[in-house]
Amino acid sequence: MAVIEQLTQDFLRTKKLPHIWCPGCGNGIVTAALVRAIERADYDQRDVVIVSGIGCSSRAAGYLNFNTLHTTHGRALAFATGLKMARPELKLFVIMGDGDCSAIGGNHFIHSARRNIDLNAIVVNNHIYGMTGGQHSPLTPTGKRATTAPRGTLEREFNLLDLARGAGSTFGARGNAAQPRQLEQLIARAAKHKGFSVVEALSPCPIAYGRRNKLGGPVDMLKNMKESSISIERAAGKEDSELEGKTITGVIYQDEVPEYAAEYYYSIGKEIPVNTGG
Amino acid sequence: MPETKPVLMQGNEACAEGAISAGVRFYAGYPITPSTEVAERMAARLPDLGGVFIQMEDEIASMAAVIGASIGGMRTITATSGPGFSLKQENIGYAIMAEIPCVIVDVQRMGPSTGVPTAPSQGDVMQARWGTHGDHPVIVFSPSSVYETYYLTIAAVNLSQKLRQPVILLLDEVIGHMREKVTIPRDSKLMVEKVSDKVPADWKPYDEKGLTPLVPFGFGHYYHVTGLFHDQYGFPTGDPPQVERSLDRIHEKLEKSRDEVVLTNYIGHKEPRVVIVTYGCSVRSARAVVKKAYWNNRQPVGLLSLQTLWPFPDREVKELAKKADVIIVPEMNMGQIISEVERHVKGEAEVIPLNRYDGEMISPDQISDLMGRWLS
Amino acid sequence: MGNRQEILLTGAGGQGLILASIILAQAAVNDNKNVVQTQSYGPEARGGASMAGVIIDIDSIEYPKVVNPTVLLCLNQASFNKYLPKIKQVGECVVIVDSTFVSGPFREEYKVQSYPITQMAREKLGKEVVANMLALGVLNAATGLVDREIFRESIFELAPKGSGELNQEAFDLGYHLYEQGSGRDVGQSAQTNQ
Repeated sequence: MAVIEQLTQDFLRTKKLPHIWCPGCGNGIVTAALVRAIERADYDQRDVVIVSGIGCSSRAAGYLNFNTLHTTHGRALAFATGLKMARPELKLFVIMGDGDCSAIGGNHFIHSARRNIDLNAIVVNNHIYGMTGGQHSPLTPTGKRATTAPRGTLEREFNLLDLARGAGSTFGARGNAAQPRQLEQLIARAAKHKGFSVVEALSPCPIAYGRRNKLGGPVDMLKNMKESSISIERAAGKEDSELEGKTITGVIYQDEVPEYAAEYYYSIGKEIPVNTGG
Repeated sequence: MPETKPVLMQGNEACAEGAISAGVRFYAGYPITPSTEVAERMAARLPDLGGVFIQMEDEIASMAAVIGASIGGMRTITATSGPGFSLKQENIGYAIMAEIPCVIVDVQRMGPSTGVPTAPSQGDVMQARWGTHGDHPVIVFSPSSVYETYYLTIAAVNLSQKLRQPVILLLDEVIGHMREKVTIPRDSKLMVEKVSDKVPADWKPYDEKGLTPLVPFGFGHYYHVTGLFHDQYGFPTGDPPQVERSLDRIHEKLEKSRDEVVLTNYIGHKEPRVVIVTYGCSVRSARAVVKKAYWNNRQPVGLLSLQTLWPFPDREVKELAKKADVIIVPEMNMGQIISEVERHVKGEAEVIPLNRYDGEMISPDQISDLMGRWLS
Repeated sequence: MGNRQEILLTGAGGQGLILASIILAQAAVNDNKNVVQTQSYGPEARGGASMAGVIIDIDSIEYPKVVNPTVLLCLNQASFNKYLPKIKQVGECVVIVDSTFVSGPFREEYKVQSYPITQMAREKLGKEVVANMLALGVLNAATGLVDREIFRESIFELAPKGSGELNQEAFDLGYHLYEQGSGRDVGQSAQTNQ
């Protein structure tokens, strides 16, 4: 498809490919959805910044042809906050993994939500620390195995979007790598939302998570991901019993609340430039 | 330079004013004694200047936000004290590796740990040098007066921009909290050394040929910034020769600018027998002693005060060691910079420690007693 | 070092000593002198004991801490008990106490001057909070550290907005108190003063 080729040429650093991800990993699918969402949002390429933390999914920043900032573990949102406050006209997408975002970066996550600063957090949730070889994270479901939970973790997992909304985030959506078109739409909607947006992108890690938990190969994991999902529209009106074991996808919440960077600039009487020019 | 009338100003406030004079318009920080007045001054001043003040959720986030804002093209500063300085270390290393300019102020207090929050100390000298992991270059200034705080902050901001290197200002509780008469030049714009904003056609963010300006994000140069070892374009590499070249390069840029980076001041006899080498608030006590001994009594003594602690002023100390019999090193710690003095003196003079670590300043009497013993 | 004046302002947190020390220091700056001001920090400065030091000199000031006080102001009994023994040159250091709160003992050799500082602020000006400026009036009258007019202007410059004149009035009342000689060299009459 010509459109896809054009996108690849413009928005991917093709010379940096092939990527480092394992066969069957969902990171490539999520990254592609992000690229199409940016195209859909129709931003000037110069205004887009990709910020990421440390972990498998955070390596996506290196493959994307924008200004890209690959930060320290857990701190992507804090770097992004500084950059957004310095340059509020820029459009920031912050790619984090589940451990990166909700464990070591948990504090920055809730405070970004509390400020409702206009950042788009894309949390690639594969339920595991992949890069370090499969340790459990705060998003590993109770009972699932990891190298540091060989008998299954006793810890309860966060519901990431409940956490984000409770802390003040004003847009939350959930999608998955098995339904990339929906994911693309969700990211595009997050991008257009003024405020702290969280998109939880469920993604398979067959090597470090699937294998250890007998979830089958990449295809099985994607298939299972798709089948266990139900969109929020279709879930409406269904009994709790019908929804058991299902993961609800779509825009889970969206609220209109003043956005921090805009409020700050308004309070000091300074205009935010529409685009950067240069 | 036009000057306003002298004012009474606190060291921490002078630090904030110096930053503003040098064009800093972004502050991110977290409250901690005895540095809080820097944040409070910035919170009061920056909004009127169109700048950004943000109190972050913790020290780590403050350091990260400052780096993020620098990448956006702003001049930035953050201030903290020992415990917070410890927390900032990982991201300081990131700024060194990714060559992002910023200034970090550490107003030293008694440690380790929570220690005595309101008592002065000079215990973070080695942490400032080696606090973050891996081999890395650092620039550390340590002022000994309110005015010196003002102009060293300006120097820190400008050097940081020029070399694309974080600069650390080590204040101590005495200098940070005391108020002194200072005269601040009126036209603060004079203090901003303009870094070239022209981007050469063949611009590379990490040009192996040497210093290259940081082009802020948002201007169509789609480069990559990472804490991984990287090539000239910022992209990750693990290639051994390239890794080694990268590490050499970030060290060389400081070495090449040594004369701008290493600042010291000598007062006293031209052929001294006893020399005091010290820094920060301990300079005050030493200067009281040396002025009296040399100016009033013409004794063969001198004082080398170090505005720059790192890179260590090795040449200056070596020069003095050739003349002096004895070098006394007063420090409000158990002996940190003294090992560096000894390393460079190499036995050419006797190096004598004078340490105090009870949360009080070293007194002039302590210094003159020790000096007197070596003069008689 | 002969010109070096080391002034210690002591009392309880909340008596306005830190602000007083800053105003004294600024006044000395405005009077073209070199100055260093330091103060106690931490929780004690907000509730318990409060201490500020001001060093004034014609020459540049190196060591910034008070070691040999030449002027001591005590606004409460606890600070009087604590700081009087710090005086090295007994009889030469000017000691001023607020008789409202300090009842001695006043040993003759210290030549303690006692004035009803807080009491006067309350009775004559209706505001205890200006006792600090009244104290500065007494102190400057007794020592001549800073030109009186320059001091008055500095008070106006630094006093909280809208309170400049009241604070100047308190400062003048301090001068008045000193000139009236209500201060005595020995404190035996301090009690009768109340």
